[in-house]
Amino acid sequence: MGISVSHISKSYKTVKALQDISFDVKPNELFGLIGPDGAGKTTLFRILTTLLFPDEGTAKVAGFDVVADYKEIRKSVGYMPGKFSLYQDLTVEENLNFFATIFGTTIEENYDLIKDIYIQIEPFKDRRAGKLSGGMKQKLALSCALIHKPKVLFLDEPTTGVDPVSRKEFWEMLKRLQQKGITILVSTPYMDEAALCDRVALIQDGKILQIDTPEAIVKHYPKPIYNVRSTDMYQLITSLKAYEYNHSVYPFGEFVHYTDSRADFNPDDLRAYLESIDLFDTQIEKTEATIEDTFMELAK
Amino acid sequence: MKRFIGFIKKEFYHIFRDRRSLFILFGMPIAQILLFGFAITNEINNVDIAILDNSKDATTEEIINKIAASKYFSIKQIVTREADIASVFEKGHVKAVLKFEKDFSKNLIKDHKATIQIITDATDPNTANTITNYVNAILQHYQKELNKDINIAYQIIPQTRMVYNPELKSVYMFVPGVMTIILMLVSAMMTSISITREKELGTMEILLVSPLKPFQVIIGKVIPYIFLSIINAIVIVMLSIFIFNMPVQGSLFLLGLESVLFIITSLALGILISTISATQQTAMMISLMGLMLPVILLSGFIFPISSMPMPLQIISHIIPAKWFIIILKAIMLKGVGLEFIWKETLILLGMTVFFIALSVKKYKIRLE
Repeated sequence: MGISVSHISKSYKTVKALQDISFDVKPNELFGLIGPDGAGKTTLFRILTTLLFPDEGTAKVAGFDVVADYKEIRKSVGYMPGKFSLYQDLTVEENLNFFATIFGTTIEENYDLIKDIYIQIEPFKDRRAGKLSGGMKQKLALSCALIHKPKVLFLDEPTTGVDPVSRKEFWEMLKRLQQKGITILVSTPYMDEAALCDRVALIQDGKILQIDTPEAIVKHYPKPIYNVRSTDMYQLITSLKAYEYNHSVYPFGEFVHYTDSRADFNPDDLRAYLESIDLFDTQIEKTEATIEDTFMELAK
Repeated sequence: MKRFIGFIKKEFYHIFRDRRSLFILFGMPIAQILLFGFAITNEINNVDIAILDNSKDATTEEIINKIAASKYFSIKQIVTREADIASVFEKGHVKAVLKFEKDFSKNLIKDHKATIQIITDATDPNTANTITNYVNAILQHYQKELNKDINIAYQIIPQTRMVYNPELKSVYMFVPGVMTIILMLVSAMMTSISITREKELGTMEILLVSPLKPFQVIIGKVIPYIFLSIINAIVIVMLSIFIFNMPVQGSLFLLGLESVLFIITSLALGILISTISATQQTAMMISLMGLMLPVILLSGFIFPISSMPMPLQIISHIIPAKWFIIILKAIMLKGVGLEFIWKETLILLGMTVFFIALSVKKYKIRLE
């Protein structure tokens, strides 16, 4: 009852939004679609939720074809669009009630499924949805998407614009939902959230770069990666970019992630180079690759 | 069915929580009917006039008294010199000056002929015309009284009789028009806006990915507005009956049925507009420009259709409002029954079915 996507392509007038996308989401899996804005994530979501026709290829959600059996899919999936799409002039409770009613159920019937989430916004149940904070809006939207106990849950960038604490809580909730047997496809532009998924697909410009578990993706990073740090970070980045042997230079928090193009790279060579251009007291140490590094490497 | 009721409940929440649209819904009908009824009128009442009496005899005095006694004119000023007439008009209070020639009475007896000059301020040609007609009428009346005893052979006296609206009250003409405009506006504009709002806010996306069927969404959107439009129609009819003493000669029940039919026609148009517009702004513009203007200009509400050029007359046939105004006037003023307006009713019905079929066909079950 998962999702299977095979050779899906979709173009808008001049833009190829999706090119030959194929992947499978196993039943009860938490699958992440990781990519920057404009990668085609929303288009893919809309095809899978039967809102758009694919130009080519087929896809199945919970065993139903997205074109032929669209009515069945609309009954059995939960969808939370990227933009906050609830009724702002209805209260929290009215929104939830409305979505329960149109799916032919009641809040009481599936309360156990949303309890963990809804309990946090229940104190504000008489407040209009438009007056909620970003994190609370997401919780309400998730509750509404869950109220009919969907088999598959589609979450399009649920944590964009949400504070770090709420983001963390949100992912914990997703993990708990997964334990209740729901297949979840979630997209996010945040690389750090990828590590929380069972498997991820890295997507850019409508193409899938890699699909694997977060651990495997990181493990397969081809080169040793170094944290480089200096008091003058701006000077450091420009100098590293000017260095003839550099393979990649990306600012990463308080460090710069550096990889060298030589197989027998010795950090001392780099230090010598930096000192030769008056950059002293630099730190260079080996570090583990992250998904972001992999993404940057693949997207090159 | 439960789903459907839930949806309608939600629609009512939207309407009652949006003060602006509530104001449009209920404030506008009242404001418009009062505005058209009181302010925009072709009748004249208490128009200020001035008199220049060069004769000052018994006859002129009698005529002046007659004019002063009518409720249409009040004599504001007596002018003594010919040269003052221009300045009287320039001040702007006086709309007409009546000038009696010298020896008015004498001439009348001697030559059977005397002249009065009616000078009107024609910056507003309609009013000027009306004033002239009214003065003429008073004079003719007076003349008839004078000639009562004398028999003049072969005299043709046209007797005009205004039927259905004998006092030529303009409110009788405006009520059907205003009612049509308001029902059209409330029904078509409000539904098209409320559907496009769902598109604009992204909630349509969620509604599509739900078991709700398209017709459930459409009907669910429409029902609250049918209900509100009926209330509006009742308010308008009550206002016209109790404030403007407008008679409803025909059956109120038939009037109600025809109104419901027209409301549904307008709602179908509203749905059609919502299927071709992506934003509330567009929906509003199309409703205003595409519906309001033709209704005001081409429906026969203000300008008579029979005096339009042929191409416009043909266009007026496809405007639902035209047929509804005919129906309204027939029921309210002539008091006829369905046997005289079945043709118009059938045309409206046909249009409604056409619009509904078209909008169901154009309703998108997916995003663009």
